[in-house]
Amino acid sequence: MTAGNAQPFLEMREIVKRFPGVLALNNVNLSVLPGEVHVLIGENGAGKSTLIKILSGVYPPDSGAILFEGKPVSIRSPYDAQLLGVSTIYQELNLVPDMTVAENIFLGREPMRIASLGIVDRKLLEKRARELLATFNLEVDPRAIVKTLGIAQQQMVEIAKALSLKSRIIVMDEPTAVLTSHEIEQLFSAIAKLRQRGVSVIYISHRLDEVKTLGDRATILRDGNSVGTVNVADASVDQLIRMMVGRDLKDKFPKLKFAPGEEVLRVEHLSRKGVLHDINFRLFRGEVLGIAGLVGAGRTEMARAIFGGDPFDSGRILLHGKPINIKNPAHAINKGIVLVPEDRKRHGILPQMSIKHNITLSALGKFSRAGFIATRKEHAHAQDYATTMRIASPDLNRWVHYLSGGNQQKVVIAKWLSSHADIFLFDEPTRGIDVGAKVEVYQLMGELLKRGAAIIMISSELPEILGMSDRILVMRGGRICGEFKREEATEEKILDRALRGTSEQSEFASGDAA
Amino acid sequence: MSDASIKQTGAQSVVPQTSPVMDTLRRLPWARIGMPAVLVGMAIFFGTINPNFWSITNLANVSRQISILALISIGQTFAILSAGIDLSVGSLLALVSVVCAQGMLEFGLAGGIVTGILAGCGAGLVNGVLIAKARIPAFIATLGMLVAARGLALTLSGGLPVAGLPHEFLVIGAGYWGPFPIPSVIAAVAFVVAYLVLNRTRFGRYVYAMGSNEEAAVLSGINVAKYKIMVYVVSGLCAGIAGVVLTSRVISGQPTLGEVQELYAIAAVVIGGSKITGGVGGIGRTLMGVLVLGMLSNGLNLIQVSSYVQNIVVGAIIIVAVYIDLARERRK
Repeated sequence: MTAGNAQPFLEMREIVKRFPGVLALNNVNLSVLPGEVHVLIGENGAGKSTLIKILSGVYPPDSGAILFEGKPVSIRSPYDAQLLGVSTIYQELNLVPDMTVAENIFLGREPMRIASLGIVDRKLLEKRARELLATFNLEVDPRAIVKTLGIAQQQMVEIAKALSLKSRIIVMDEPTAVLTSHEIEQLFSAIAKLRQRGVSVIYISHRLDEVKTLGDRATILRDGNSVGTVNVADASVDQLIRMMVGRDLKDKFPKLKFAPGEEVLRVEHLSRKGVLHDINFRLFRGEVLGIAGLVGAGRTEMARAIFGGDPFDSGRILLHGKPINIKNPAHAINKGIVLVPEDRKRHGILPQMSIKHNITLSALGKFSRAGFIATRKEHAHAQDYATTMRIASPDLNRWVHYLSGGNQQKVVIAKWLSSHADIFLFDEPTRGIDVGAKVEVYQLMGELLKRGAAIIMISSELPEILGMSDRILVMRGGRICGEFKREEATEEKILDRALRGTSEQSEFASGDAA
Repeated sequence: MSDASIKQTGAQSVVPQTSPVMDTLRRLPWARIGMPAVLVGMAIFFGTINPNFWSITNLANVSRQISILALISIGQTFAILSAGIDLSVGSLLALVSVVCAQGMLEFGLAGGIVTGILAGCGAGLVNGVLIAKARIPAFIATLGMLVAARGLALTLSGGLPVAGLPHEFLVIGAGYWGPFPIPSVIAAVAFVVAYLVLNRTRFGRYVYAMGSNEEAAVLSGINVAKYKIMVYVVSGLCAGIAGVVLTSRVISGQPTLGEVQELYAIAAVVIGGSKITGGVGGIGRTLMGVLVLGMLSNGLNLIQVSSYVQNIVVGAIIIVAVYIDLARERRK
């Protein structure tokens, strides 16, 4: 911790923010010291994002004060925030994809050759960008087009941009949610450099292990209230969880074990040029088959191929022992195979439809006659599943858009529960949702198994894979390069396969590249 | 928190000091009562300047005049809710009119009406297939149809009106059912049917689903291509019915009918408050939009505002209506 008893650089005092029907922030306090990494944690809907949006000028607070170096300020727009030296890096990055790294960093502040004609001095632009990137050992070419970069590199560009604005506080909203472990290391070392330079970082995360590695202090929010601020070094992960959820989470992975039943799904030699290579596996009733691997290993593509979302070139799929040619998602759903997609916002929810209509969307056939929906039956049905799923909203007519990530995920799962599927493909089922909601999703998986379902769970979080799977497949470069039973699997073994594959597999991989 | 800091940060405060009257006004559910309130206000305004506005004859007239716009706006509502658009409906009025008139000369009264409506549905089907199967953006596919259907209408008719229709055909456009003009009755029935379809059937639910998030709809097992085609067939059907009514009113097949009507239909949908990007809105809002446009044009005529100036007013209203919607949304 760099700051000792220093004067806080930023203070937010008794911030109150109301939205229609919700008290989003109730007298929340936050104080950030110069050069510290201050972590903001809390369950989904606790008010983290709202607080950050107030700091960055997106929303005005209803009351409360914001002080910089002890002086009250008024932040009425993102521009005001920029002038005060606050930069925010959102999960959806704010870069222009078709422009170069240098152009993005100095967007709107390009060094001019002939200012009156608006002619940009490209050489100077690139030189400055290069210098800035070099200070952080960022291996990014200032002339590269942003959309050709990986997400991690794009984040680096955002950080460089923030620094070029002479930012003194950089807010990062769950930056690691979309990164691989190697990229996370890069980001962490960049953050360490920021701290050395006296820049404060406000870091929002759901991953408590990160909090411990990275944070100096942590402020915990729960239901719009500040629960407290702690020195990270003095607090255990369990304490943090308790402060976040207001209760003890005894079992983070409530795994139910069942004797495996008959084979429900068999995949043979499934291949798609450049994406999937000779995928073979079997899935049995009552089990969770975990699929581990790095981002880009072909896991999502495999799930989409099984679900009829993407075509494949060769191989076959057997459902309950019989070959089946799944034409499209509608066909898959009809056969009881469903997919809970990785990208909830793009593929999972219908944001401007109600909770009720989202839940019943795939099951309307059950309570329709001649195309007309029996609305009362529909309501009862949705109510049932909303209760089963413990979706925390008093009003089923509320738009799903307004729910927290965890509740949105529950809505997506409720949709499939209500359509009586028996093969569930979960793609990153707990990404971006908080610990409390995670446990609920795991409990639900147990429920599904109890009802005779079989689950394929793709996850990039190894503890989740180890905690919830009965068997584990590891994928790398579009192939399956390892299989473990629950008892024999360890993080090391899985990582080893995910990173290196087996010797035989890596030969294949290099053969492909040639 | 000290008073000083309230003042210094006070610019952020969103609770301005107002009178109780203003407070009550603010709390009214404007999203729901806004448009009806505008309609009442307009009616009072026009009625005060020209009392003829309130006469039964005039009101019947207004309802008859807006029935064509109402019908094609219903179809447009389906298209826009599904995150599409149908630019072809104005031209379809002309195509339907010519086909209906020629069919009537060939197959008699009922035969003409049926062929006219089928022509509308057929054009809608072509639109739908182009959009759903060939994946041409709705804007482009229906823009093509806008030009082509007009061309087809002119070709079929040789550019001349198709005259000589049976006298009994007049009743559809000019007749009354009790005190109500028949076109108004047709439009009213169409509104009720469209309301039921959008709010009570699977098809209606899927229209909203496609508009809200098409990819999620596909992954939820909805046959999006099929329902998209249905959307444009519905829009073609509405244009078909409207075209037949219009043909009856001019008692001839006219290849020049309906120019820029598609734009008024889009205007009616967005003035009503449905989102142009799809997924949000409804048929009740479209009714409001149609009534606002209809009352406006009638009222401005009665108070002798020139048709040139009327266009300026209508254009401004389209923009203001959408602005108010957006502003309300931003405040959320």
